[in-house]
Formats: sequence, C-alpha cells, structure tokens
Amino acid sequence: MKELLTSVSPHLRSGRTTQKIMGDVLIALCPALIASVVIFGPRTLLLTLVSAAACVACEYIWERLMKQPVTVTDLSAVVTGVLLAFNVPSTMPVWELIVGDVVAIICVKMLFGGIGCNFVNPALVGRVVMFFSFTADMTTFDAPAGTIDALTSATPLALIRDGAVGWSEFPQILLGVHGGVLGETCAVALILGGVYLCVRKVIKPIIPLAYVGSCMLFMWIFGSPQPVIAVFSGGLLLGAIFMATDYVTTPTTNTGKLIFGLGCGLLTALMRCYASSAGAVTFSILLMNLVVPYINDLTAPKPFGGVEAK
Amino acid sequence: MKEKMKILLNGMFKENPVLILALGCCSVLAVSVSVSGGLGMGLALTFVLVCSNVVISLLRNIIPSKVRIPCYIVVIATFVTLVEMLMEAYLKSLYDSLGVFLSLIVVNCIVLGRAEMFASKHGVADSFFDGLGMGIGYTMVITGMSVVRELFGSGTLLGIRIIPEGYQLSILTQAPGGFFLFGCAIAILVAAMAKRGKKFEPKMGCDGNCAACHSACDERKEAEVK
Repeated sequence: MKELLTSVSPHLRSGRTTQKIMGDVLIALCPALIASVVIFGPRTLLLTLVSAAACVACEYIWERLMKQPVTVTDLSAVVTGVLLAFNVPSTMPVWELIVGDVVAIICVKMLFGGIGCNFVNPALVGRVVMFFSFTADMTTFDAPAGTIDALTSATPLALIRDGAVGWSEFPQILLGVHGGVLGETCAVALILGGVYLCVRKVIKPIIPLAYVGSCMLFMWIFGSPQPVIAVFSGGLLLGAIFMATDYVTTPTTNTGKLIFGLGCGLLTALMRCYASSAGAVTFSILLMNLVVPYINDLTAPKPFGGVEAK
Repeated sequence: MKEKMKILLNGMFKENPVLILALGCCSVLAVSVSVSGGLGMGLALTFVLVCSNVVISLLRNIIPSKVRIPCYIVVIATFVTLVEMLMEAYLKSLYDSLGVFLSLIVVNCIVLGRAEMFASKHGVADSFFDGLGMGIGYTMVITGMSVVRELFGSGTLLGIRIIPEGYQLSILTQAPGGFFLFGCAIAILVAAMAKRGKKFEPKMGCDGNCAACHSACDERKEAEVK
C-alpha cells in the first residue's frame, strides 16, 4: 500500500518556477546587454554568448558525470554566465572568460550541491578568480567604440578619485559611454532592469536601495569628492541589482535584507575610499554573503504564539 | 618486517599527516609554490622527522615527562639547525627560497606530534619507520601540490617552461589558490577512501589512554559512557 505523505503547512502553491524567475532576470539583463553592444561593439555579444554557453555546458557535463538529474533548463547557469560576462572588459580573451565560468559553475555551484546550495554568488567568485589570475586583462578597459582616442581609458571611479569628474560628465556616466566592464557602464539600462525585476516581484527593492543609499551616505561621510556620481559608476549598480539580490546567498527576512544592504554599502564605501576601487563591490558582496547565515539567525521571525528557543 | 611496513604505509596513506591529520598545513600552503621548494622542504622535514624520532625514542626512558616538550624541542632544533646550515652551505638558492619556513620546522606540528604521540612510546626501529612514513607522506602531498601550482600557476616545472607565457592561472601561486588545491586534495582522498569502502575517521595516534586525552573521538565517548 502506498503511504500517504503529508507535509507541514503552508500548502500554498504558486506557478512560479526557478525557470520563470531566471527568465525574468535574463529579460532584465537585456537592456544592459544592448547598451554594452552599442557602447563596446559586437564582441560583447560574443563574450556573453560564449560565457552563457560555457556555464550551461559545465553544469550539464558535471551532472551527467555525477549521474545527477540535469537541471540546466532552469536557466540559472545562463544567468551566471551572462553576469560573469558582464564583469569583464570587452577585450578579455575568450579562454580566460571560460576559466571563470568553469570556476563559477563547477567549484562554487556544483561542488556544493548545485542550485540553492552555493554559499556565495558563483559569478562573483568566478570574477575574483579571473581578477587575480589575469589581473592585467581584467583591468585594461578600452574606450567605447566611436570615441576619438580608441586606446585604454580610465574608469570614472579612478577619475572621481582624482577629482576630475564633475556634474557636467554626469549624463555621460548615466548613459555609460565610458571605460569599464561590459555590463556595468550603462546605469540607465541597469536601473531599467532593476525596475522590471521589482515590478515582476522577482526581487524586493530593499537590498538594492539600502546598498546604493548607504554606499552614497558612507562615501560622503568618508569625504569622497563626488559620492552621488560614484554610486552610478563602477560595478555598484550591477552588483546591487543583480548580484546582491541572489535568493540563495542573501538573507530571507526584510530586516536581514536591510542589514545585508547596509553592510554591503559600508564595505564598498570603505574599500572605494581607502583601498582600491577595483573589485570593491565584488568583495563587499562576497563578504556579506559569508555572514548571511548569521544574519538569518539573528533576524529569524518569532512564530506567532511561540516562545523563545532556549 | 610486515609490521614495519605497516607503520611506514600508515604515515603515507592511512594517517597521512597533512591530508588526514591536518598537521603542518602552514608550510604546505606556503612553500608549495615551486616544485624545487616543495621537494626540498619535504626532504628537509623527512630528515628532521626521522632523526628526531630516533633520538627521542632512544631517550624516551631518560626524559622526565614533566619537561618532555622542552627536551623534544631541543632535539628537534638540533637537527633543524643542522639541515639549515648544510642547506645554506650547499644549496644556497633553495635555502633562500624556503626562507623562514626552514627554521619553522622546529615548531612543525608533525615533528612535535610524532615525538609526543609515537617516538616517546615506541622502540627505535618502529620510530624510524614512523618518521620515514610520515615524512614521505608529507613530501608526497607538498610535492604533488607544488607540481600543480607551478605548472598551472607559473607555467613551469622545476624552472623549465612548459606552458607558454600568458596562459597561466596566477591565482594558483597565491594563497587562495593554495587553500583551494588543499581542499581539492582532501576531497579527492576522502572520495577515494569512500570508494574503497573505508570510513573517513582521522585518528591522532591513539594509545588507548582516554583519561589523558582531549580529543573527541568515538572510542573516548564510549569509554566515558562505561
């Protein structure tokens, strides 16, 4: 006789699947992708496609080798691949990007048990490994296509540090016509994607707002010459909207999310003002990822009528 | 002879000092950047381990137990100083590349651990084979790791270029890469043991004296229940 199994409440069901959520994230990434193709040329598209394909291939091959159910159709590997591609300059050699993909999927995601089990954001670790392995390639930013000096150009963050950026350059920074990695430059496109995600209720706006707001505040306190412009440049928006909102590696409660966002903002501001601006967002989010279990413990809601656990 | 062989293999696999007992990891992570350094460090440690094990085993009935640790340190430091001076005289480049880690063999947990756990309780011949086994176990791990780190991190093996310039994963030559490889090595060992149906249970050279032991092993828990 077949046993009748019951699970604990809630018994609500919704039609939301990982695939649909990840599909929404991909749609939200499209404006930034289009912007980067316009700004940096068609090679961007190649890098993004290769990266996504490599991530899917890694996950597929691993699951076949380990005789696990194949989960590539949930699109999460595609999102990781696209995010990773968004984190490299357009001149990045393809094979180096694939190394990052392999690290992200195999080492960070699959070794820990696949989707839902990774304790840090795979794309960010992939980026860190690439950053330390191919430092020169990762930090050489070519100027946007069509500008006169088509050589390398400094990123706005470096210019802000020198006090060389003022409000007159702000529209240019918002549109992203400056040096940087693929996905981070066009602030308008990223915000558009973020708004789409919030409207579709894929993410709650708490983390991005807390992150960006607190980063601006702390940078102002630490005496940055242009705190407002600074939050619209560099990888902050990309990180805040698409990386710091990953379900698996962020707190589950609203208070927890707020703490997470504030922590990311403080760390990013500290690193940007007192250390190197390269990688500030990446390391902030990774460090906060590591303390998520503690934040979850601290902010666990008390069940109605429940007593404090001893 | 079979028993001696067992002691020797014990240090190499079953109780591999680095991967299973997790001792001496500091030098493994720090020195395994180049094959010559890793191999040199492994051989230096093996020499110190064998000699100190033998001498401590010889002196085991003379050393008063209250001051045994300082006595062990004196014996170990003697051999480390010997190795250091010899290496400085005849292998200057290796001496320079190992730097402070050569002197730090004095406080290497493997050497001190084997003195305390094994040599002070066993005969000279057994202690010799234990030191040799543990030393070979350490050398295998540090050399294996340094082969991977030098080949993929710097693209060379023993200084000879294998992978052309520009195709290196330089994170492997840095600390995170070392930790990463270390984790992989332990994972591979555990997986291999699981495949052979052996349970993974690190043992710290147990002598059955649970009252004086501070580890949290299952046998001790059972003894406490009794």
